[in-house]
Amino acid sequence: MNLKTTYLGFELPHPFVVGASPIAAKLDRVRQAEDAGAAALVMNSLFEEQILHHEAGLAEHVYSHEESYAEATSYFPSPEDFHLGPDEYLERIREIKQAVDIPVIASLNGTNLGTWMEYAKYMEEAGADALELNLYYQPRSDEETCEQVEGGLIEIVEKVRQSVKLPLAVKLSPFFSSLPCFVKQVEEKGANAVVLFNRFYQPDIDIENLEAVPSLKLSDSSELLLRLRWLAILAGRTQLNLAVTGGVHTHEDAVKAVMAGADAIQLVSTLLRNGLPQITKLRRELAQWMEEREYESLAQMKGSMSYQHAPNPEAIERANYLRILQSWDVQD
Amino acid sequence: MTQSLSIKDANEAVASVAYRLCETVSIYPITPSSPMAEHCDEWSSQGKPNLWGVVPEVTQMQSEGGVAGAVHGALLGGTLTTTFTASQGLLLMIPNMYKIAGELLPFCMHVTARSLATQGLSIFGDHSDVMACRQTGFAMLASNSVQEAHDLAAVAHAATLKCRVPFMHFFDGFRTSHEINTYQPLPEELLKDLMDEKAISDFRKRGMSPDDPFIHGTAQNPHVYFQGREACNPFYHALPESVTCAMKKLGEVTGRHYSLVDYSGAPDADRVVVVMGSGAETCEQAAAWLNQYGEKVGVIKIRLYRPFPLEAFLDAIPATCKSIAVLDRTKEPGCLGEPLYQDVITALAQANERREIKVIGGRYGLGSKEFSPAMAKAVFDNLKAKEPKAGFTVGIIDDVTNTSLPIDEDFDLESPEVFRAVFFGLGSDGTVGANKNSIKIIGEETDNYAQAYFVYDSKKSGAMTVSHLRFGPKPIQAPYLIKNARFVGCHQWQFMRQYDLLKYAAENAVFLLNSPYGPEKVWDHLPREVQETMIRKNIQLYSIDAYQVAKQAGMGGRTNTIMQTCFFAISGILPKDEAIAQIKKAIQKTYGKKGESIVKKNFDAVDAAVANLYEIPLSASPTSDDLIPATVANAAPDFVKNITAVMMRGEGDRLPVSAIPVDGCWPTDTARWEKRNIATEIPIWDPEICIQCGKCAMICPHATIRAKYYPEDAAADAPESFRSTSFRSRNNPGNLFTIQVAPEDCTGCGLCVTICPAKDKANPRRKAINMESHEENVARERENYDFFLDLPAPPRAELSLTVKDSQLREPLFEYSGACAGCGETPYLKLLSQLFGDRLIIANATGCSSIYGGNLPTTPYAKNADGRGPVWANSLFEDNAEFGYGLRLATDRKAVIAKHFLKRCSTELGDNLVREILHAPQQTEEQIFAQRDRVSVVRNRLKTVNSPDARALLDLADFLVKKSVWCVGGDGWAYDIGFGGLDHVLACGRNVNILVLDTEVYSNTGGQSSKSTPLAAVAKFAAGGKATPKKDLGMIAMGYGNVFVASVAMGAKDSQVVQAMAEAESYDGPSLIIAYSHCIAHGYNLNFGPEQQKKAVASGHWPLYRYDPRRTFTGEPALKLDSPAPKIPLREYIENEVRYRMLMNSEPDRAAELLRQAQERVQEKSARYQLLASAGADNTEEN
Repeated sequence: MNLKTTYLGFELPHPFVVGASPIAAKLDRVRQAEDAGAAALVMNSLFEEQILHHEAGLAEHVYSHEESYAEATSYFPSPEDFHLGPDEYLERIREIKQAVDIPVIASLNGTNLGTWMEYAKYMEEAGADALELNLYYQPRSDEETCEQVEGGLIEIVEKVRQSVKLPLAVKLSPFFSSLPCFVKQVEEKGANAVVLFNRFYQPDIDIENLEAVPSLKLSDSSELLLRLRWLAILAGRTQLNLAVTGGVHTHEDAVKAVMAGADAIQLVSTLLRNGLPQITKLRRELAQWMEEREYESLAQMKGSMSYQHAPNPEAIERANYLRILQSWDVQD
Repeated sequence: MTQSLSIKDANEAVASVAYRLCETVSIYPITPSSPMAEHCDEWSSQGKPNLWGVVPEVTQMQSEGGVAGAVHGALLGGTLTTTFTASQGLLLMIPNMYKIAGELLPFCMHVTARSLATQGLSIFGDHSDVMACRQTGFAMLASNSVQEAHDLAAVAHAATLKCRVPFMHFFDGFRTSHEINTYQPLPEELLKDLMDEKAISDFRKRGMSPDDPFIHGTAQNPHVYFQGREACNPFYHALPESVTCAMKKLGEVTGRHYSLVDYSGAPDADRVVVVMGSGAETCEQAAAWLNQYGEKVGVIKIRLYRPFPLEAFLDAIPATCKSIAVLDRTKEPGCLGEPLYQDVITALAQANERREIKVIGGRYGLGSKEFSPAMAKAVFDNLKAKEPKAGFTVGIIDDVTNTSLPIDEDFDLESPEVFRAVFFGLGSDGTVGANKNSIKIIGEETDNYAQAYFVYDSKKSGAMTVSHLRFGPKPIQAPYLIKNARFVGCHQWQFMRQYDLLKYAAENAVFLLNSPYGPEKVWDHLPREVQETMIRKNIQLYSIDAYQVAKQAGMGGRTNTIMQTCFFAISGILPKDEAIAQIKKAIQKTYGKKGESIVKKNFDAVDAAVANLYEIPLSASPTSDDLIPATVANAAPDFVKNITAVMMRGEGDRLPVSAIPVDGCWPTDTARWEKRNIATEIPIWDPEICIQCGKCAMICPHATIRAKYYPEDAAADAPESFRSTSFRSRNNPGNLFTIQVAPEDCTGCGLCVTICPAKDKANPRRKAINMESHEENVARERENYDFFLDLPAPPRAELSLTVKDSQLREPLFEYSGACAGCGETPYLKLLSQLFGDRLIIANATGCSSIYGGNLPTTPYAKNADGRGPVWANSLFEDNAEFGYGLRLATDRKAVIAKHFLKRCSTELGDNLVREILHAPQQTEEQIFAQRDRVSVVRNRLKTVNSPDARALLDLADFLVKKSVWCVGGDGWAYDIGFGGLDHVLACGRNVNILVLDTEVYSNTGGQSSKSTPLAAVAKFAAGGKATPKKDLGMIAMGYGNVFVASVAMGAKDSQVVQAMAEAESYDGPSLIIAYSHCIAHGYNLNFGPEQQKKAVASGHWPLYRYDPRRTFTGEPALKLDSPAPKIPLREYIENEVRYRMLMNSEPDRAAELLRQAQERVQEKSARYQLLASAGADNTEEN
């Protein structure tokens, strides 16, 4: 079965890509992913916020103790090799590039516009094949308007596009007032793909100790539905590649994603749960499913159930959503 | 030839030579030499090669004694070797120094000359240590400045190779070792040229090898030993020539000419000073100044001190010389004269020449006592007198034996072309770091030569730093502190009320002040005395609110670059724009690797600094009515008011000899008088939320959170804002309870808030104790705290051994100078709460001896009866034995007391005597009862005048149980003191040992110890420690009769109380190993308890108590107090910089070491589980 697809300019043998996850943190895992047939690899995000936090912590709790006391003007060996900033991440890009042949997509989440541009450039120089901009931003001020937030995000895409030549994917959250409009602007600013959608660390509450507890649970297939809807709406409206992330766990999920319009399928939770051979299994089962139903190729199936092509597009709309909710009335 | 200049301190300048000229380096940390060892370790771990392209191997040993042994072996094995040490460390090397010299092994060690521990410890400089080695057979070469130390290091390495006699190259601790100065580094080719290849080859060939066997270290009998001792003579005779030859070679290339003995001054001088070390430079300057005014004086600088260069010395004395003053930087009580003086006398006598010269000796500069040109002048002036004072001292006021010379305090010889600046800052505000940058900018980017020297406080939190910076068109030879500065920077507003900073300022000087008040208000907020002095000296006052600028730039309390920018902007040393560009360049260089955001914040701060800098006009007369308050409260004892307070003001130099205790015995309980007010936020208690668990007081490192319950009527006159609530207790209903902060003593670490488990249910962000503004609360809380202290203490007999009740006991260890958030001090505080009134502490040198015993004020306190911990520090290496000796003395005094008690039975009554002799003293109640009986004894003997009664009165207190504890860190217990500790454990006596385990040498800056865990980065283990932490507890358990506990207060505080109580009650040796978080671990110490929990949960730090008494009842002696590992080790270690450094720099190695460490944890856990489950039956079978 011809499962070929194109994503970010790369011709992939199939749509299954390792999504941003701890898998990229270990070189042997990355090699295993390639051996299992991963079409490409997205590295876990470099979070500028984390770097800033680390820097501030060092300044306050390590460097502030220096030069204070006659017997000890410092407490650690010279930090000559203690690289902060993006160095560690960039080094990992280099290592991964040396270790595997599949396309390596670096991922970035900045806090300052300058850093987005600067780090993107570094990533390009380090040998990344493409870049995924993790456009997660949480407004905290009640003075900040929707326009400002979205304008800021679009500016990031624009500036990064100007600073690097790499293919550019933009990973989005589902929380936009008008996602199609936003995606259109992303496209205008020169991005090559959008990734739907980011999953967030969401705080849980420890009710005994009265503390907020950060948590991130692995996804399941139910999360795919939100993505299917927006893939279906976007497919055909935009020339951007579409990637899905979050909720693809079975070959049936993959079929749905492709039918809704996905060019690439990023896998994380299912790999963390079932191990990297899951890539091989999904690829095999997808091919088998398509063969059994006499599909010619993935391309034939792609977008077949998008808003443009679905026989009942109204089902993709909100009206349908309301109807379903009403049917969930409390059972007497 | 032209050579580039460098600006470094002597430690680095010397290490750079030593490292390149050796193949193996054995090291051990000791102030002030540690940085040399640290540099070598770092260079080695970075793969930096020596002169011959090979990376030297750097090895840390367990003590300086161990270093000396390793050095001896490495030398006899035929490798070029070096080491670095000072003070007691050097003394520990002496036995091997005799061996190394006796075997004619070419070797050069570098010593930062430092005081020895005598009546007190001093980390500072003098020649006591090196003078104690002059008999070992080592050649001794003295350097007087950074440049000389760099040059003569090379000379020493070259000469030892040639002549085979080992060398000790020394220079003054701190004054030279830590002074940053401009110097010309030696070119590599010169070093190659100096090191004789043939001599190296011969040395290697002599190295021990089974391929060419010989024997060393034979036992020699009377028929040959003496001759053998004399056989080395020709080598000593040839030695001066080897040194001269190397000096000459160096002079030819560099233009810096040295001789064995150098003379400087008038060729026709009638008065000459003979001196070694940095003081020679000062004398030289004073002599030059005096000669300008028509006097005829000179200075003889002894460079080669052993073997004493007789001919060179005689040649150096001007023919016109009539009198000589020999300056020794050491003290030899009871001698006819100090060593250099005696050598000069001997030299002149031996040569039988110049009998007409009058020679006197004197002492100066002990313990880094300032030696200024005025003092040098006093020495020359003394020689002018008809009857010069012999055996004099200079630099102190000796009003006891009247040895001191008078000083002209106003004498100042410094050239106006030298710019002098002094800066006062806090350690945490980065002032020293900024000044190091400034001096490099000035030295490297202008035509100026530059010098910097830094004086630090002895406190580890809220410590003041004083930076002395000079620069000028000529090389700066001024190894003394600055006075009459043209620029004074005060980087902390509160100093204006605490210290007389204006005494450093010259007339018309610039005074830059960091003030929280705006330009219009700053003048009026200055104390009246300060205003008066500023007006009198016509000071140009500038002000900036650097805190505000720093805050806006996101730099917290780091005001360093802001103040630095202001300094450049005002001083005009560089054009403003150029200065700013250079500051930014320096920031980039310093912080570039530390992160771009730090760089950016600093840049922002620099840009904002100039805009916020204001010149403040002085009023014609003072406007302020605010007078500087007395340093200590009026209620303080006279000793504190007259002596301690003077030291607290930084004026201890003015105290005369008569003010100082003759034997190093100082009063305790003085920290309470030093109100430092260093916190910006202090904890405030909310009684509504509090559950009265006592955890906040328990974890407080500075005993500034106190808990009490008391009868309601005791609070009748409480201040309005005093908080209290009903005491939750079944046993003591009807009482009130209060948690109170000591607002002026708190360091603001916030540990109390972190550990508080009680939260406001409606707003869980608020706890039962919350950090609030110091400024807004201090006045009210001061009044509350005073009232709290006067409240009656809960009766100890009513208190149990719970955490809560432990904190209702009065701490007798309070307000120490330990770091904010210290992990060690809570254990000591608890110890003092449980047994303080009968506590005898032997304290190993280290952090705990510094915050425990560093003057001016000390934290061990007394209760209302005048009882409290008695504390002493002997040395670093001997603390267990020292404590053992205290146990022997205590027990013996009890035995003698019992002897006299029996002899006084007629006067005392048989019943009382019997009761005292047989009274149990296991519980506190029983101990108090015994104390009451002893009081009766005292009363009854009051009127008895017999020798037996008098003897009994002297010793009666020892009829009451005493608790002897040896306290120290892991450097002591695991390394240097382990042999003694092991022996004391094996002796079976009732000695308790508390190891405050920070897993590094904290006090000297985080060097690796055998307690340092696998995979952790530390100094001396820059590449991550590759061997596991020693299991000290398991070793001790091996004896079977030692009580052993492993505790971590942050993980399980109740177990700490239990372990301490059990250890104390066990009539045999006890060892408690206490996990102590530390700034050397590299994280926010607020998370210390959290990390302790993780250390325990991961299995890295199992909690247990091994009590031999349990075996009597058939139970396993070992009881585990923590479960098997629950979390991966990584989860614990990844939060600490000491581990993250390696994860960051060498991830693969870090991963491998972590894997090994994880395995080790599992093994250890399994072993402990097995031991804990082993039944007594098995034990009996065995």
